[in-house]
Amino acid sequence: MSRVLVGVKRVIDYAVKIRVKPDHSGVVTDGVKHSMNPFCEIAVEEAVKLKEKKLIKEVVAVSCGPTQVTETIRTALAMGCDRGIHVEVSGKDYEAMGPLQISKIFAALAKKEEASLIILGKQAIDDDCNQTGQMTAALLDWPQGTFASEVTIDGEKVKVVREIDGGLETIKISMPAVLTADLRLNTPRYATLPNIMKAKKKKIANMKPADLGVDMVSRVEVLRVDEPPTRLAGVKVETVDDLVAKLRANGTI
Amino acid sequence: MSFALRPTRSLYAHLTTSNFVQCRTIKKEHTLKSGGWERVIPAFRSVCGEDGVSLGEAVREQHGRDESVHRCRPPDVVVWPRSVEEVSALAKICHHHHLPIIPFGTGTGLEGGVGALKGGVCFSLRNMDRVLDLHQEDFDVSVEPGVTRKGLNSYLRDTGLWFPVDPGADASLCGMAATSASGTNAVRYGTMRENVLNLEVVLADGSIIHTAGRGRRPRKTSAGYNLTNLFVGSEGTLGVITKTTLRLYGVPEAMVSAVCTFPSVQAAVDSTVQVLQTGVPIARIEFLDDVMIDACNRFNLLSYPVAPTLFLEFHGTEKSLEEQVTVTEEITQANGGSDFSWARDAETRGRLWKARHDAWYAALALRPGCKAYSTDVCVPLSRLPQIIVETKEDLMLNRLTGPIAGHVGDGNFHCIMVMDPNDQDEVIRVHEFTERLARRALALDGTCTGEHGVGLGKRALLREEMGPLAIEVMQGLKTTLDPKNLMNPGKVL
Repeated sequence: MSRVLVGVKRVIDYAVKIRVKPDHSGVVTDGVKHSMNPFCEIAVEEAVKLKEKKLIKEVVAVSCGPTQVTETIRTALAMGCDRGIHVEVSGKDYEAMGPLQISKIFAALAKKEEASLIILGKQAIDDDCNQTGQMTAALLDWPQGTFASEVTIDGEKVKVVREIDGGLETIKISMPAVLTADLRLNTPRYATLPNIMKAKKKKIANMKPADLGVDMVSRVEVLRVDEPPTRLAGVKVETVDDLVAKLRANGTI
Repeated sequence: MSFALRPTRSLYAHLTTSNFVQCRTIKKEHTLKSGGWERVIPAFRSVCGEDGVSLGEAVREQHGRDESVHRCRPPDVVVWPRSVEEVSALAKICHHHHLPIIPFGTGTGLEGGVGALKGGVCFSLRNMDRVLDLHQEDFDVSVEPGVTRKGLNSYLRDTGLWFPVDPGADASLCGMAATSASGTNAVRYGTMRENVLNLEVVLADGSIIHTAGRGRRPRKTSAGYNLTNLFVGSEGTLGVITKTTLRLYGVPEAMVSAVCTFPSVQAAVDSTVQVLQTGVPIARIEFLDDVMIDACNRFNLLSYPVAPTLFLEFHGTEKSLEEQVTVTEEITQANGGSDFSWARDAETRGRLWKARHDAWYAALALRPGCKAYSTDVCVPLSRLPQIIVETKEDLMLNRLTGPIAGHVGDGNFHCIMVMDPNDQDEVIRVHEFTERLARRALALDGTCTGEHGVGLGKRALLREEMGPLAIEVMQGLKTTLDPKNLMNPGKVL
C-alpha cells in the first residue's frame, strides 16, 4: 500500500480585493487574509478520501515557503492528512519561487518518501501557472493525469477522467503518477474543531531546499505589476454622424 | 408625522394590478426644512466622496425594492458610506433636513422593508464589508453590514467554526439582525435573537451607540435593559446597524440527511412533534406537502412519491448520529412513514436537499408568468397539525395554488402563493387567504410572522397580535429613539 504526497500552497484568500503595491513590484500581501489555494483543498480532499477507502496508507501534506505556510499545512492535517513537510523558503527566494523550483522539490521528495502518487491542485489562484504538476511528472518521468474530475485506483493503475475543451477524456495510467485536481473532482470537507485540535499533535518535518539538493535560482524576473485598466464610462452620442466621427477620431475606423 | 394605523386598510392595497409597474420620478416637491437638495447633495458628497452618492434613476430603483411582491418605492438619493463615522455624519445631515433614512443591506428581504414610502435617503451599506475581531476560542466575531452570511462562512472555513442561521438568501448579517432572521436550522441553533451578542447602531440624530457596551462580548450578561434585542427585529425603524457581534458554533463533525414520505399531513406533522418531544437535537426538519413535492419533481426531474414529505438533517459525531437516526426512524415508522432515503457525503446530501432548496422556483414553474408571495405564520408545535390541515382545506376550497414548505420544527411554515398579477380576482382571493391564515395562527397562540418581519404589509396584523397596550409601548420607544420619525418611516408600526 502506498504513500501520497499532496501539495498545498498558501495564497491570498479568493474573496480578498487585490491591490497592487504603489511601486508596482507586486501585490499587497501584508495584513491580507491568506488561505489554502482552493484547488489544493480539492487535492487534499481526494487524497484523504483515498485513504478512507483504504486504497492508500499515508497522506503527507507538503508546502514550500516561510513560517506562515505551516498554518496551511495544519489545515491539511485537520482535513485528514497524516503528517506534514515544511520546506522552508523565505525572502528573495520565496518571492522568485515558481513552478520550476516547486516541481524540483516535489520530485526530490517523491524519491525520498517513496511516494506512489503526487496529487496537486491544477493551478494556484495567484499566478494561474498550471505548470507544477506537469513539470513534476516530467522531472520524475512519471505519467500524469491532469485536470482530473474523477480518479479511480485499479490495482497498480489509475483511471483518470480529465476535463478538456472537447468534453471529458478518460485515461489509464500506471502508478507512480502525478495527478492534478480540477474543480469538479470533489467538494472539500470543512475542518472541524476536534480535527483541528488533533492536527496540532501531528508532526510537521522542517527542511530546506538545499537538503533536497534543489537549487532555488529563478530564471524569471518580474518587471512590473499593474492593475487592469479602469473601465471608463461609455459616451452617448446624438446622431450617427457623431458616432462615425468619434470612431474615426479614436482610430477604430 | 402621524402614525395612526388605519385598521380598515386591507393587506392587498399594495398589490393591485398596477403594482408591478415600475417607479416614479424624483418628487420635486419633497419638503426640506432648510436649503434644498442643492445644499444636501454636496454635503453628502463631502462625506462619502463623489462616487458615494447617486441620483441615477436605475440606481434608485434598485434600492427601492427587495424580493417581496411590494412595488418598487425608490428613494430620492442613494449614498454609500464607508465607515460608521460616515454613517453618523450622513445621519446628522438627514436629521437636520428632516430626510427619511432607509438602511439597505442586500435587498433580499421579503416584506418590502426597503421601500422609501416617503422618499428620502437610502444608506446602502455594502461598502462596509470587513470581518473584524474574530475570536476563535471565544466563538465570536464582529462583522460590518456588507458581510453576507455565505461570505462570513467562507472566511471562517479554516477555523472549524460557522454561523449557522440560514434564511436561504445570501443576506447581509446586519440585515438579518435587523429583521430577526431565522431559517432551516433554527430548530437546533436558534434565530438571530439568540445569536447576536452586541450591535453598533447609528441613531437618527447621528449618535453612535453600542447596545451591550463597546467591544463587549460575554456569552451572557445581566447588565441593564436588553438593548441588543430591542434593535434585533426593528427593521431599520430605530437606527442603522453598522456592526454586529455574532455567536459562532463548531462545524458539525458529520451530517446525515434523510427523506421520508407519509400517508397524510397529520402523520408527518405528528412525527415532527414527537421527534422534538423525544429530545433528538435534529438540525433541520422541513415539511413539503404533496403539491410542493409534485412541483419539485417536475422542476428538478425527480421522482419522489407525491405525498407529504419530511426532509431531515442530523448533525453530530458519528456515534450520536447513529442514535439520532435510529430514534427518529422508529417514530416516523410508527406514524406510517416510509423508509428513509439516506445521504452522508456532501454531494449526495446536496442532491437530496436540492428539491427543498429549489422549492421557490419549482412553485413558480407550476404557473409560468405568475408571481409568488410567501406567507410566514408560526404557531406552537402542538397546534401545527391543526393549522396545516385547515390551511390546506382553505386553499382547496378557494382554488388557490399554494404549495406548502415549512420549518415545522419551529412550528413555522410557508405557503408559496402563486398568482397571476393580472387576475384581479385571484389577487384578492390570495390576500384574503393570507389574512385568514394570519388570523388563524393568531387564534392558535401564534404569530403572523415567524421570520420574514412585519415590513409594509403586516402592520395591522401586528396590532392585532400585540394588543393596543404593547403597541403603545413600542410606539413610545420609537418616539424616544426617533422623535422626528426619520428611520424607515411607514414600516412595522
